[in-house]
Amino acid sequence: MNSPIDLHAITPELVLAGTACLVLIADLFLPEDGKWLAVPLSAAGLIGTLAAIVSLLGEHRITLDGSFEVNSFSLLFKGLFAIIGLFVLAISLDHFRDGKYYQGEYYFLMLCSLLGGFVIASSRDLISVFIAIELISIPAFVMTGLRKRDSRSNEAALKFFLFGVLSSAVMLYGMSLIYGFTGGLTNLGEISTALAGKADEPIVILSVFFIVVGFAFKISAVPFHFWAPDTYEGAPSPVAAFLSTSSKIGGFVGLLVLMYAAFPSVAEAWRPAFAALAILTMTVGNLIALRQRNIIRLLAYSGIAQSGYVLVTFALIDPNNLDVTRQAFQSALIYLAIYGVMDLGAFAAAVAFARKGGSYFIDDYSGLFQRNPALALMLAGFLISLAGAPPMAGMWAKLFVFLAALEAQSYILAIVMGINAVVAAWYYLAVVKRMFFEQPEAQEPVEVTNVLYAAMAVATVALLAFLPGINFLTEMVERSTPF
Amino acid sequence: MEWIDGWGLSLATLLPVVGAVVLMFLPSSRDSLIKWFGTLVAGVALIFGILVALRFDYGRTGEVQFEVFKEWIPQINANYHIGVDGLSLSLFVLSLLVSFLCMIYLWFHVPEPGKPKALMALVLLLETGMTGTFIALDLVLFFIFWEIVLVPMYFMIGIWGGPRREYAAVKFFLYTLFGSIFMLLAFLALWFNTGGAAGGTFDMIELQQRGIEASAMFRNLVFAGLFLGFAIKVPMWPFHTWLPDAHTEAPTVGSVLLAAIMLKMGTYGFIRIAFPILPEAAKDFAPLIGILAVISIIYGALCCYAQTDLKRLIAFSSVGHMGFVMLGLATLTNNGINGAIFGMVAHGLITGMLFFLAGSIHERYHTREISELGGMLAQIPKFGSIFTYAAIASLGLPGLAGFWGEMLALLGSYNPGAGLSEELFRALMVGGGIGTVLTAGYLLWTVQRVNLGRVPEKFAAGKGIFDVRPLEMWAWVPLLILIVAAGVYPKLVLSVTDGAVQNLVGMFG
Repeated sequence: MNSPIDLHAITPELVLAGTACLVLIADLFLPEDGKWLAVPLSAAGLIGTLAAIVSLLGEHRITLDGSFEVNSFSLLFKGLFAIIGLFVLAISLDHFRDGKYYQGEYYFLMLCSLLGGFVIASSRDLISVFIAIELISIPAFVMTGLRKRDSRSNEAALKFFLFGVLSSAVMLYGMSLIYGFTGGLTNLGEISTALAGKADEPIVILSVFFIVVGFAFKISAVPFHFWAPDTYEGAPSPVAAFLSTSSKIGGFVGLLVLMYAAFPSVAEAWRPAFAALAILTMTVGNLIALRQRNIIRLLAYSGIAQSGYVLVTFALIDPNNLDVTRQAFQSALIYLAIYGVMDLGAFAAAVAFARKGGSYFIDDYSGLFQRNPALALMLAGFLISLAGAPPMAGMWAKLFVFLAALEAQSYILAIVMGINAVVAAWYYLAVVKRMFFEQPEAQEPVEVTNVLYAAMAVATVALLAFLPGINFLTEMVERSTPF
Repeated sequence: MEWIDGWGLSLATLLPVVGAVVLMFLPSSRDSLIKWFGTLVAGVALIFGILVALRFDYGRTGEVQFEVFKEWIPQINANYHIGVDGLSLSLFVLSLLVSFLCMIYLWFHVPEPGKPKALMALVLLLETGMTGTFIALDLVLFFIFWEIVLVPMYFMIGIWGGPRREYAAVKFFLYTLFGSIFMLLAFLALWFNTGGAAGGTFDMIELQQRGIEASAMFRNLVFAGLFLGFAIKVPMWPFHTWLPDAHTEAPTVGSVLLAAIMLKMGTYGFIRIAFPILPEAAKDFAPLIGILAVISIIYGALCCYAQTDLKRLIAFSSVGHMGFVMLGLATLTNNGINGAIFGMVAHGLITGMLFFLAGSIHERYHTREISELGGMLAQIPKFGSIFTYAAIASLGLPGLAGFWGEMLALLGSYNPGAGLSEELFRALMVGGGIGTVLTAGYLLWTVQRVNLGRVPEKFAAGKGIFDVRPLEMWAWVPLLILIVAAGVYPKLVLSVTDGAVQNLVGMFG
């Protein structure tokens, strides 16, 4: 058993955990108006973890008795989580500094949740997957409730907490069934071998069902999505940005790890469920998004629909056709990476607008182009990217999933996806239209802080650069084969 | 100058988008800096385009020249593959030229609500999309350039447009998006047909050479997808309803670019993608295309008689003129397709010019209602003569550019190629011939109402009504010269296209 731990392999996690502790301690000694210094400190830590991730590029290491694997898949997502973390820091800085609440705790919690994302990308064991998913969720419950005196924040936190705990319990129940059925196995690879040919065992189906339902809550797939819009709306907006990207992508990474590493051999048992889940999630998310009047709720529902497109890839997995499976897997990675950037960009713009001179109501976006052209342009870019239209990189995300669906001959999924993309384009463009073509009601200029400008500019440039430069991403993903 | 061979096309295409980005960062207050810079960028791009045209080997127009092939997304075998041949060279240069002229026009004429910086940046972005469409030899690349065009035009109509701009912008966007989804599906079908992830290709040249081995049903379905995407852009009756709205509401430069270049993207798609890759399906579809084309010609002309707004009239005349282009294509003959390309260029020059004039009339008279105008030739003689000249060119007077496209299309339909029904196409020829008469009728009637007669009382004082400005002249003279040059010496265009067209016609067997 106790083989030595490969310390280099877990450096990113170590650096991140160290930073989190440091932020918490520093908070004790910082004066009230200096608490925001936790932001540069956290940012430095995240850049440190990025360096650690870069030092591991191209490596393939397994440590902690096979429960922890470092490969290009896990490094890709660790990098993504670190970048998301930096973005969320930028969005949070002024929001929390002006609000003056619990800055040290907030950044500590956020780093902890990111750490969960790091761990889940490398987990190859039921126990570490579960711990990682809890590490993502539990800090997030507290972050949601940080606006203590706001009843909506309380409601959001409570809802999120109850749903989150329920889903964890269901998931854990499913995992324990697998543990019992396989005679005490927790390693995902061994589980996969043990389950081969057992696709019609009721207990296997039941346990996979529980696990999928548990994750469906985490990634807010329909019909397990009810908590998400209320929680996003009630939580401080930077936290909503965090939940809809880091936390959701974390859930997806867990799902990818389990489905591709532990349960590929019984794919025929769960594939249809994912098809149904994907169709429901895309369609319901988009249809409800059409009626939203609050930008955060719009982004919440559109985020649900975006999850649906990723779920499509799970419905394509075919253990007998490796090409299709690989394409499905890779398109999911590309989708998640691009989604993270464009969704954060949109949230950053929403936060920037609401901060000074605006609000969260879509009606107030009228004529934003005349009040702040740069903000209007960048938000339009993010929305166009979310809609999946050129010249933004969001187009590739949709195209690759679409190609994978066609390659797998899942024409129904492809058609539903295509129709949904058009429906979604409608409500994204409605906001764009409002910003550019209508006259503003208020005339005062919308001021945006430089940090937010910088964050949005980086996201815009990234989304534009990935249009011709998608090769960079596909090559990275190409090396990440399904386990 | 050998670097032009490798870089000329890319520079001419990508320089505008880079210029657009730089332009965004210039301070809004420096009005003349912005205008100088925008014009300079478009001008340099045009110079690259002219250098390409000068170095083009006119002895081998059937072959792709200035070819660049760079690996782009190996996972789906999409490449940065560009080049020009006889089919695309004239359109490539035309789009650079018209964009440049639009920049000059913007010097003194930025419509409400101002913001020349944003408008110029959009024109530059549009320029990249349009030129890129004409040089792309890879379907994915083509699709991206094609779609890039959509966004700036949407904003251009929606922000600087007329009273019904919102409706027009959204209608334009949704219509074109609808078509391009089917076009994309057809592209993907071609890719999967040639092997998908295992060896499928998006390369137009390779697809032509490999041929599509599939049932006639599959080929026709794919062609139908391409047809929808391209026909909406052309636009052919019954897909034309976005065009009058978009053209009428768009600001002058938007209308000019729409008419002069963007409509040609649709017809170009037929000759570059749909016909050569699916020649069998093209033969099946040719009668349908021919019939729709003649309906477009006659319908467009009849609609013109009912228009009261000058700009809307010119918009409907586009439907008719593009109908001639499509009729030429549908004949699948050397004459017809050569005529079609000639018609594209001629329509770009003439209708672009007419939209410039309509914009300037609105600037002077603050109305485009034909019934309110009159006596322009007496009041502002130079402007009036140019208007007459452009209108007469548009009706297809021999000696001016508009003549050859129509003549060759009709000639082609007398003797259609590839075993198409002679009876049908001769009937279409008669229909088209009636169309030319109708076209001549409404244009002469328009000239009579706008240019001749007495100056209406409210304009008699001549306040704000001035003759052609020097800068207007600069923006227009190149078009005016090219209209007569192409009319007197049609080989200017035909010698470029002929070799490539012969190759294309050869595919129909």
